[in-house]
Amino acid sequence: MTFELASLTPAIPEIFLALSGMLFLMIGVFRKEDSTQLLSWLGVAAMAVTGYLIIRGPETALTFQDLFIVNGFTSFAKILVLIGAALTLLMINSWAQVAKTARFELPILVVFATLGMMMMVSANDLISVYLGLELQSLSLYVLAAYHRDNTRSTEAGVKYFVLGALASGLLLYGSSLVYGFGGTTAFAGLAAAMHGGEAHLGVVIGIVFVIAGLAFKVSAVPFHMWTPDVYEGAPTPITAFFSVGPKIAALCLFLRILVGPFAPMIEQWQQVIVLISILSMLWGSFAAIAQKNIKRLMAYSSIGHVGYALIGLVVGNEEGARGLLFYLLIYLFMNIGTFAVILSMRVNGKYVEEISDLSGLQKNHPGMAMALAALMFSMAGIPPLAGFLGKYFIFVAAVNAGFVPLAIIGLLASVVGAFYYIRIIKVIYFDEPGAAFDKPDAVNSAIMGVCAALMLVYFVVPSKLVEGAASAARALFLG
Amino acid sequence: MTALSNFITGLPILSLVTFLPLVGALFLLFVRGEAEVVARQSRMVALWTTLIVFFLSLFIWIGFEPGTAAFQFEERVDWLPQYRIGYHMGVDGISMLFVILSTFLMPICILASWEAIEKMVREYMIAFLILETMMVGMFCALDMVLFYVFFEGVLIPMFLIIGVWGGGRRVYSAFKFFLYTLTGSVLLLVALLAMYFQVGTTDIPALMEAKFARDMQYWLWLGMFASFAVKVPMWPVHTWLPDAHVDAPTAGSVILAGVLLKMGGYGFLRFSLPMLPEASAYFTPFVFTLSIIAIVYTSLVALVQDDMKKLIAYSSVAHMGYVTLGVFGGNQQAIEGAIFQMLSHGVVSGALFLCVGVVYDRLHTREIGRYGGLANNMPKYAFAFMVFMLASVGLPGTAGFVGEFLVLTGVFQMNTWAALFAASGVILGATYMLYLYRRVIWGELTKADVKEMLDLDRREIAILAPIVVITMWMGIYPLPFLDVMSESVAALVNNYQAALKAAGETQVGAHLGEQLVALLR
Repeated sequence: MTFELASLTPAIPEIFLALSGMLFLMIGVFRKEDSTQLLSWLGVAAMAVTGYLIIRGPETALTFQDLFIVNGFTSFAKILVLIGAALTLLMINSWAQVAKTARFELPILVVFATLGMMMMVSANDLISVYLGLELQSLSLYVLAAYHRDNTRSTEAGVKYFVLGALASGLLLYGSSLVYGFGGTTAFAGLAAAMHGGEAHLGVVIGIVFVIAGLAFKVSAVPFHMWTPDVYEGAPTPITAFFSVGPKIAALCLFLRILVGPFAPMIEQWQQVIVLISILSMLWGSFAAIAQKNIKRLMAYSSIGHVGYALIGLVVGNEEGARGLLFYLLIYLFMNIGTFAVILSMRVNGKYVEEISDLSGLQKNHPGMAMALAALMFSMAGIPPLAGFLGKYFIFVAAVNAGFVPLAIIGLLASVVGAFYYIRIIKVIYFDEPGAAFDKPDAVNSAIMGVCAALMLVYFVVPSKLVEGAASAARALFLG
Repeated sequence: MTALSNFITGLPILSLVTFLPLVGALFLLFVRGEAEVVARQSRMVALWTTLIVFFLSLFIWIGFEPGTAAFQFEERVDWLPQYRIGYHMGVDGISMLFVILSTFLMPICILASWEAIEKMVREYMIAFLILETMMVGMFCALDMVLFYVFFEGVLIPMFLIIGVWGGGRRVYSAFKFFLYTLTGSVLLLVALLAMYFQVGTTDIPALMEAKFARDMQYWLWLGMFASFAVKVPMWPVHTWLPDAHVDAPTAGSVILAGVLLKMGGYGFLRFSLPMLPEASAYFTPFVFTLSIIAIVYTSLVALVQDDMKKLIAYSSVAHMGYVTLGVFGGNQQAIEGAIFQMLSHGVVSGALFLCVGVVYDRLHTREIGRYGGLANNMPKYAFAFMVFMLASVGLPGTAGFVGEFLVLTGVFQMNTWAALFAASGVILGATYMLYLYRRVIWGELTKADVKEMLDLDRREIAILAPIVVITMWMGIYPLPFLDVMSESVAALVNNYQAALKAAGETQVGAHLGEQLVALLR
């Protein structure tokens, strides 16, 4: 086996990001003063360059003995992940100015986690899936436990680590079963080994284990238990990252595995996904009602959103994939925008996280109040905001594929979900005004403003973005 | 004048009327200065925007060609070609007058809020302007997704209007309004998705041509019914309405009763009847039953109310009962009556809420027992209130009479019993309205604070006078209104009856008991 330099070409964005991460580490170690802010800016730049490299790179390619794939779908997913990570780094930057606990490892870990996510998305073999997944997970374990002097954060980190390790174990065990009964770990080979859905029971069990492992990573019910604690315990910008990056990467990986190698087994896995989708939508809606802490609320909200996104997966065709990708795109900006608001919830230099703390928003920060209201209505899926379109495409796919009961359950769950989103609006607009927050810094204001504005702009001219998601979905089904 | 009219109707007039309020709202966002100045300017901008929109919308009426049932002033732009959703606007005889109704009530609402709203004036005006865009857009939309967007988009401003500027249990009422309507709406969305799946388009004219299998029709009809029945509102899903009305600010109540309730009736006419004729015929007895219960039961409930707004809210449910009765009456008179009833109820109930607002602004209570003898010190007010009260009762010569009479005539032709029960509602309606009027306006002027109440000022006269004129006009000479709608209604009725004949459906509603039993089973 000869090594050719050209075989590296498709992986140039990943290689670049890995090298930048290592360079940042050097800078952080050898620079005397704290480099958190510098590194987060550099991180944003690295993400931008990586994104550029992805766009300029080959449209479709296979390399490393078919372990690694690049196509329209992976590029779309990677761009989403990179946007999420870059916005996170911007928030880390503004957070670091206030929080005394910020350290230079923070942006670096985000960079490495992003690298892991890109690997996950591009994996074309169960081995490379695991590789990417672990790089991502290990970085995230550390990030979750970042406040090491804080019991809640430490608890969150430990919980996440133990459960995450268990999930990784499940995934690995499932992979080994699939390998044992299918004879290969390569995606292309596995699809053939499924014999048009007539595979051995061992393969089915293997698939279920793999699904369980991935469901943990996307925090779908019943593998969601870690989510609220980690969301609450982690520093807010990291929570923002948790809510988008890993979710997008794992959902895209989910999609690639299920409609790729496991596509012939659709009869077997479809019912499992239907179940976790329904449970996630319902639990995400009902459990959120009782929350008082806004970060915990966002945790349940993300569980619910994953439930909707999984409907696109259930459908398992191109239309479903398109709906899922568009949903992720909108979800990304909705969530980041909301977290930019949460990050601005500061009273006298201290962060507050209770929903009731928002009551002064309308009086003291009318712009921010309007942005958060737009984001919340969008999350609830009320037109004319983009969140409605996301849900619409998902449910179109579901109904077209004959999953009408699933669509009805989903839509009714979205009504319950709407209740807690508009409860936030109630706190902002209806309640007696409370204390004002400190002046929000420019970066956060810009992020929330842009994200809220996008909710409207998406709606007015959606066809370009839908076309992007559509071509990504087409690429997924071409190969 | 014709040159101007030609010029204006040559523009994309429907989009202009729909989105001009939004431009006004955007403009308001950038008003800067002292709170007092911002408030004053917001009022002025909102008033002028809505007046211009009303003025422009009149040209839709002027340019409207009544001799055809086709959609007019059509505009079509691709919006989401991947899902074959277009930005398709247009009006026919059924929807056109609702556009005018919305734009007519808007400036009145702004004027009615002139002094009553003191906090967050700018936001209030923005909410109303967005609301106008949503309402007008909904009546003009000829694509089902577009329709749904406007239909549900109404929730956002209305939720805020009730919740922020309302009184009493405003938060409870706002949530109830929002969640009730949203629950209904998502079921409409399911029906919408299923229709898209069947036909492959969401274009409303194309869907009207499409044929749906009978079993499918039943489900689609029920999905739509869930949404429109909540909006109308029909008994027993009407309970959000009294709460929302009582706690909303006056102008909010006016729009709620004047336009928002019509969205349900309009939905039945635009979707249920033309697209799902067999299901509509099948469920007609069911709708009749609910409508009659609404008319009789809510009239009785209205009789015992102590709160003026609540009384009018319940009367709205009863009056909307005639609308659903007429819509599913399925013949020319009944449907024309239903549309006319919606228009007249939109004007009259809106005006009644304004009348309540007038005395509420002075005494800050809506309790009927706190008033009495207002005819002595507020003669102008007593006159205006009387006109609207009589119109609500359905006195010949006022707007309320024409609609009720046509509905009853139409329904009588197909189901005598339904007409009989519904007619009893006319008597009950007269009872509770006259009783209300007697307690508030007649009698001795004994209470000290009531004695000190002043008659209508210039602004209030400016608000109420046009409505008095319209109410009388609609009652005395309703032809201009009926002329506009008759061709569209005739086409609707013909298609409906032809579809029923083709499907071998028996005369609608002739077997009420049977179908009721079948339905319960």
